[in-house]
Amino acid sequence: MAVNYSVKEEADGHPSGGVGVPGGGAVKTRKPDNTAFKQQRLPAWQPILTAGTVLPAFFIIGLIFIPIGIGIFVTSNNIREYEIDYTGTEPSSPCNKCLNVSWDSTTPCTCTINFTLEHSFESNVFMYYGLSNFYQNHRRYVKSRDDSQLNGDNSSLLNPSKECEPYRINEDKPIAPCGAIANSMFNDTLELYRIDNDTRIPITLIKKGIAWWTDKNVKFRNPTGDGNNLTALFQGTTKPVNWPKPVYMLDSEPDNNGFINEDFIVWMRTAALPTFRKLYRLIERKNNLQPTLQAGKYSLDIAYNYPVHSFDGRKRMILSTISWMGGKNPFLGIAYITVGSICFFLGVVLLIIHHKYGNRNTSADIPN
Amino acid sequence: MADPIQWARYRWQRLISTEGGEGSSSSSSSNKCYQSSKTSGKHRIVIPCLGHFKEEYEKVSKLYMNNKIRTTKYTLLNFLPRNLFEQFHRVANLYFLFLVVLNWVPLVEAFQKEITMLPLIAVLTIIAVKDGLEDYSKYKMDKRINNLLTKVYSRKEKKYIDECWKNVNVGDFIRLSRNEIIPADMVLLYSSDPDGICYIETAGLDGETNLKQRQVVRGYSEQVSEIDPEKFSSRIECESPNNDLTRFRGFVEHSNKDRVGLSKENLLLRGCTVRNTEAVVGIVVYAGHETKAMLNNSGPHYKRSKLERKVNTDILWCVLLLILMCLTGAIGHGIWLSRYSEIPFFNIPEPDGKLISPTLAGFNMFWTMIILLQVLIPVSLYVSIEIVKLGQIYLIQNDIDFYHEKTDSTVQCRALNIAEDLGQIQYIFSDKTGTLTENKMVFRRCSIAGQEYCHEENAKRLESYQEVNSEDEDSADRQCGSSTHMSEWHGHNCSAVNEPLNRKSLHQLSGSYPAPGREDRAGDVPHSGHFAFSSPIETDVVPDTQLLEKFNQISSHSCQQSEEASSNLSLETMYITDFFLALAICNTVVVSVPNQPRKKVRRLSSLGRTPIKSLEEIRQMFQRFSVWRLSSSPLPSVKESSSESPSSFVSKLSIFRMKLASPALDGAVQGAAEPLNTDSPENSPVPQELDIVNAASPDEAALVHAARAYKCILQSRTPDQVTVDFAGLGSLTFQLLHILPFDSVRKRMSVVVRHPVSNSVVVYTKGADSVMMDLLRTASEEMEQKKIKERTQKHLDDYARRGLRTLCVAKKVLSDAEYAEWLNHHFLAETSIDNREVLLLESAIRLETELTLLGATGIEDRLQEGVPDTIQALRKAGIKIWMLTGDKRETAVNIAYACKLLEPDDRIFTLKSQSRDACALVMSKILEGIQKNTSAKKKPSQKLGNVFASPSTQAPGFSAGLVIDGRTLEHVLHDSLQNIFLELTEKCRAVVCCRATPLQKSVLVRLVRNKLKAMTLAVGDGANDVSMIQVADTGVGISGQEGMQAVMASDFAISQFRHLRKLLLVHGHWCYTRLTNMVLYFFYKNVAYVNLLFWYQFFCGFSGTSMTDYWILILFNLLFTSVPPIIYGVLDKDVPAEILMQLPQLYMMSQKSVAYLPSTFWMTLLDAFYQSLVCFFVPYFTYYGSDIDIFSFGNPINTAALFIILFHLLIECKSVVSTLFSEGILFYFVFTLAFGATFKTRNQPSNSYWIMEKHMTDPVFYLVCILTTCVALLPRCVSVL
Repeated sequence: MAVNYSVKEEADGHPSGGVGVPGGGAVKTRKPDNTAFKQQRLPAWQPILTAGTVLPAFFIIGLIFIPIGIGIFVTSNNIREYEIDYTGTEPSSPCNKCLNVSWDSTTPCTCTINFTLEHSFESNVFMYYGLSNFYQNHRRYVKSRDDSQLNGDNSSLLNPSKECEPYRINEDKPIAPCGAIANSMFNDTLELYRIDNDTRIPITLIKKGIAWWTDKNVKFRNPTGDGNNLTALFQGTTKPVNWPKPVYMLDSEPDNNGFINEDFIVWMRTAALPTFRKLYRLIERKNNLQPTLQAGKYSLDIAYNYPVHSFDGRKRMILSTISWMGGKNPFLGIAYITVGSICFFLGVVLLIIHHKYGNRNTSADIPN
Repeated sequence: MADPIQWARYRWQRLISTEGGEGSSSSSSSNKCYQSSKTSGKHRIVIPCLGHFKEEYEKVSKLYMNNKIRTTKYTLLNFLPRNLFEQFHRVANLYFLFLVVLNWVPLVEAFQKEITMLPLIAVLTIIAVKDGLEDYSKYKMDKRINNLLTKVYSRKEKKYIDECWKNVNVGDFIRLSRNEIIPADMVLLYSSDPDGICYIETAGLDGETNLKQRQVVRGYSEQVSEIDPEKFSSRIECESPNNDLTRFRGFVEHSNKDRVGLSKENLLLRGCTVRNTEAVVGIVVYAGHETKAMLNNSGPHYKRSKLERKVNTDILWCVLLLILMCLTGAIGHGIWLSRYSEIPFFNIPEPDGKLISPTLAGFNMFWTMIILLQVLIPVSLYVSIEIVKLGQIYLIQNDIDFYHEKTDSTVQCRALNIAEDLGQIQYIFSDKTGTLTENKMVFRRCSIAGQEYCHEENAKRLESYQEVNSEDEDSADRQCGSSTHMSEWHGHNCSAVNEPLNRKSLHQLSGSYPAPGREDRAGDVPHSGHFAFSSPIETDVVPDTQLLEKFNQISSHSCQQSEEASSNLSLETMYITDFFLALAICNTVVVSVPNQPRKKVRRLSSLGRTPIKSLEEIRQMFQRFSVWRLSSSPLPSVKESSSESPSSFVSKLSIFRMKLASPALDGAVQGAAEPLNTDSPENSPVPQELDIVNAASPDEAALVHAARAYKCILQSRTPDQVTVDFAGLGSLTFQLLHILPFDSVRKRMSVVVRHPVSNSVVVYTKGADSVMMDLLRTASEEMEQKKIKERTQKHLDDYARRGLRTLCVAKKVLSDAEYAEWLNHHFLAETSIDNREVLLLESAIRLETELTLLGATGIEDRLQEGVPDTIQALRKAGIKIWMLTGDKRETAVNIAYACKLLEPDDRIFTLKSQSRDACALVMSKILEGIQKNTSAKKKPSQKLGNVFASPSTQAPGFSAGLVIDGRTLEHVLHDSLQNIFLELTEKCRAVVCCRATPLQKSVLVRLVRNKLKAMTLAVGDGANDVSMIQVADTGVGISGQEGMQAVMASDFAISQFRHLRKLLLVHGHWCYTRLTNMVLYFFYKNVAYVNLLFWYQFFCGFSGTSMTDYWILILFNLLFTSVPPIIYGVLDKDVPAEILMQLPQLYMMSQKSVAYLPSTFWMTLLDAFYQSLVCFFVPYFTYYGSDIDIFSFGNPINTAALFIILFHLLIECKSVVSTLFSEGILFYFVFTLAFGATFKTRNQPSNSYWIMEKHMTDPVFYLVCILTTCVALLPRCVSVL
């Protein structure tokens, strides 16, 4: 007992306590406990997939999915959406002249695109800019930012993270905000006018409330220090290379300036796919009498600054209302209807098979 | 008392003088140079560590280990480095290390540097903790053992003082009392036993519980007083430490250069327990790790299961897949980059501002991808497999059906990682004796001097007893309330077998005994191994009336006559007397009571005053009262008349006691035994001393019991003498001159005794008939002897046909001169160190010639319970069973029929050829015959059957059995014949190999294993099965009567052959299917999950972005989806146990790896691909063109993936406690929510702050998840139907 304990005990897991008590005492029986767990008799729910249990499931899925799908589809179809591509690659486009703008062009290239809304937009309208073929999800691009700097951390402000390279330091001064994302921030300005008998009535575009609340209030913060003078707070930093003006001059309102500028925050939330849109402005419905955007002619004034031609990118302006499920998206509704139908159909087919060859199924249960 | 010692001394001195006479001067000079070479080399010199040897002691013993043991692998300091070093021997860990290193290369870095370490650290930590705990428990054990106390002689205090084991050194004198454990290997120098004997129990070493004798070194035994260490001036020289438990060679050299040989009889082994001896003193020769016990302690061994090998190849496939995916990524990235004429600004240049070429970028991307997609290689798989196997083993060990009450043992899983191999066994190689049979020998027939005595009464009694018992068995089982379904499915075999006889008898006898201590006693008894042999009803033999008559004639005859008269008796009676004497003497049986100090009893009995009435007989009487059906046999006649006064006193005493006990007749056996035990005064010779027969082999016990039935009772055995109480002649004390122990080469054993009556030297030999017949006296003048030989042979053949084990008994009378001559040679052999075995063997062979055949015995070895059923079930399960036995052909075939290995209408082919060519010819002829036979049958059945050659798929109506014997086996195993032999065996439903040596057994197993690529299982119980157990893929040891060697070598140890049925059919099947399903699930899980990332690469310019937070990505495998599959792997039951037991055919599913065919693997991967496509593209199309950001996009994908993966498992598993599944999901949501709420500034990359929270309020998120899950699982649901 004393010598080969390491063999025995590891093997059977019953430490024999008898080393110090030679031959004495009542020997414990090694009989295993007759418990449900040890004898593998645990009460188990057996999700046996038989025709009896699966067939109803198919029908139920079908019956649930199809109405959901129809609901989603209808909702999606009720969403008004209007999209203008203003990249200007076509020579006919008013923005064609601006196609080759670069970051460092000093004077903005402006162009105006006229369009007509066939239907009025009844509820609040969201104005997006959309970019295509823009890989904002490139691995190194995504990483090229410093979240602590954006959170107002003073040491990070002056000493940005290495991830920002090569947009970390410019002319021996730390860049604020650093990194490629910030550097390539969308800087077109879009203005919308309704043309009413040749008079251009500007439409009020609300620029606040477009970012996530948590981003604006928690994740992004201006550096802290004495006073509220952002210029002073950003002392010692320099603007991103591609920017015309420093970060503390993004907006005139103090609660939308610096790192908490909402346009900036929206841009910093990198898009998942190379074709994406980002919220630009809100158009709120004024009163109940008028739709937010009535059908008619509109014109879009664009300060064209953002160069996308080099990578075959496209720029769009999108006007859209939204529903409880977000923007217009027919896919989900169609998918639900399709899947529901398939399930229903399968249920019918299986029911027939089950009815015809029902006996085979029961016998097949055992060997499986 | 003085007599035998005197004689031993005489013999000793004579030998010394002959040696000395030859040239003492030369020997001493050669000694010197011998010694000097030995100190440096392979011998060890032990010098007592006492004053007068101080300097020399220090010089010599410096290098010897002390008794402190450390079995731990690690120390506190080296744990980390050493454990890490060992873990990095695994390829998987190296792979992850490689990934970690790769991630530190800035160019390819995909994750945060720290994150890639996480899986590696997790795996390393889990394994390290496991190792550490294991090691710690070893450490605690070591410490406990090291601090045990023992009495060591202290030079300062001039007495024995308590000392820890760890402080014992080589050369120390140790004094042990009864029931103490021996702390180190030591040479026995003193025993309180007057004959210099010490009894030890080696249960701790090899599990054998019978007492073994050890002897004081010759020359010390005559010391009356305890040896004084101060005066011990000899030196001991012995071989270097080795692990051979059965060998010890060396000598003691006295100060006067006299040498005394040492053998294993003089060595007390560490770990054994001193029994029945008041006090012993020994000198330590090996300590600590150099003791034989420690050197034998090899720990559990590791085998690699077939499934694991397969998993490894599939992991290689995964690696290939990974490389393929990474190549796609690399090439894609290169193409993507080269599409741009000018570098777009979202492709940021390197930190140094330079841009790299698409080719180089693609190359870098390859490595990035490897890091990103690393999860494809399932790290957690290895850890999970280990955990699952531990769980499975735990459940197997706790299966109550494997519990065998009689031996209080249950299944032992000694190899931890081949449980699933149990589900794939194709061939079982079984030993016969002790494996299929009980190895409880019952004397059935004998043939003396050519006359057969068939003991019919005995047979009748045994049969009737069995019936009684089997009835009891059922009711008792119900009472015990032990698992009811178990008795259901083997209850019906009970009639064929005798179940726990002893338990039954105990129950019956102690039923009304009020003392609560009873139960303990009943539990205790099975633990001591003599139980099996001492069970009165089984071992008791009812004498054959005819023989008894003759016997009584002799005894009455000789009673009146003088001693010389015995020679005048007829030849036949001579034979009978000698026959029973041989049965009683020619063995190594020790008669004792373990709890009784032997000293007093021994003295009395050595004086010839023998008690006449054994407790055994009292017991028998009671037995016959209570088991009335057995009372057909006459009560043994009490033969008080022939004994002298002291013994009659004893008999009166015991009868008196009997009367006392009789009111409580039911509890009589134990009740009578115990008062005797506890209050027996020192002066009363205690009769129950005879109670227990400690036999090394059950055959011997059976023979001794048989002899006892004829009043030829073995009364005591010491190294020097054997006392036999012979009915007519009274107590005879034989001087025991030599024992030539049994070995497998000679296949016989002999004792050399001096006959007290004729005073001549007699050799009694018993052995296998094949060898014995050749050793008989061949002198032609002895017609009588020749006739006897022929007739005995005939009887022997008959016995073998009846499935009895046969033994021949012979004797030889030596003249003193002959003996002296032989003794000379023998002594030389005994004292030589180097060539001892060979010399001893030669010496034995020299003695065992010219024997006179006395007779033969037939011993029955009954089949174990449930063996035929088990064999039939296993065969139905498609397993081929071979029986490999050392027994003779007839016996083997008979047993094969009995256990349904062969069916009566089988065609039996017997291979018995003298030459290889003949053998080849015979085999091809048989093959031809079989072919003709099968081709005549229907074709389709053959088509089915050939792949696995399972008997059940073979043409019905034709089945063949092959019987082959050892000599032919040798030819067959030759390279040229192997193939044809295997072809032949594949056609046969059973193969019986008889007369096979252990080596042949293992060669056969290896042959089948390697040539047929079959999964083999070898099951055996004895030392002769060890090699075969080790060779087979799975070795099963039966912890039976023959010690623990087989168990020690095995992977699984069971107590009964029938347990094999559940072990294979249920647990094997379960373990296999569980593990394969889990492994497949892991592959599926990883491929499905990783492919999500892969598909995303097509939309991010193959830049290696992941749409999920890295933490979640890594933890997905480690936390959220790790526990359910493990639980699944441990607990799932695809088919309930009852059905598996009833339909052995189901076993073929796991046997043929139905659950894990190569196609299954690829189907699984295909399914994984499909699911990942769905899981990615449903959200993709849903969110296409919207303002979704990366992690908001990844979150529904990830969540849906979790649902898919967990629900997939739910579909896969047949029965699992469903609540366990909520774990993963709950855990995931809690984690992601918590994760989303914290870390708002966690630096890189842009984080998942508040995403989950936002999604939880978004209906689209739910819609996407539900849709994705449904679509992804739809095909699987349909396919399952």
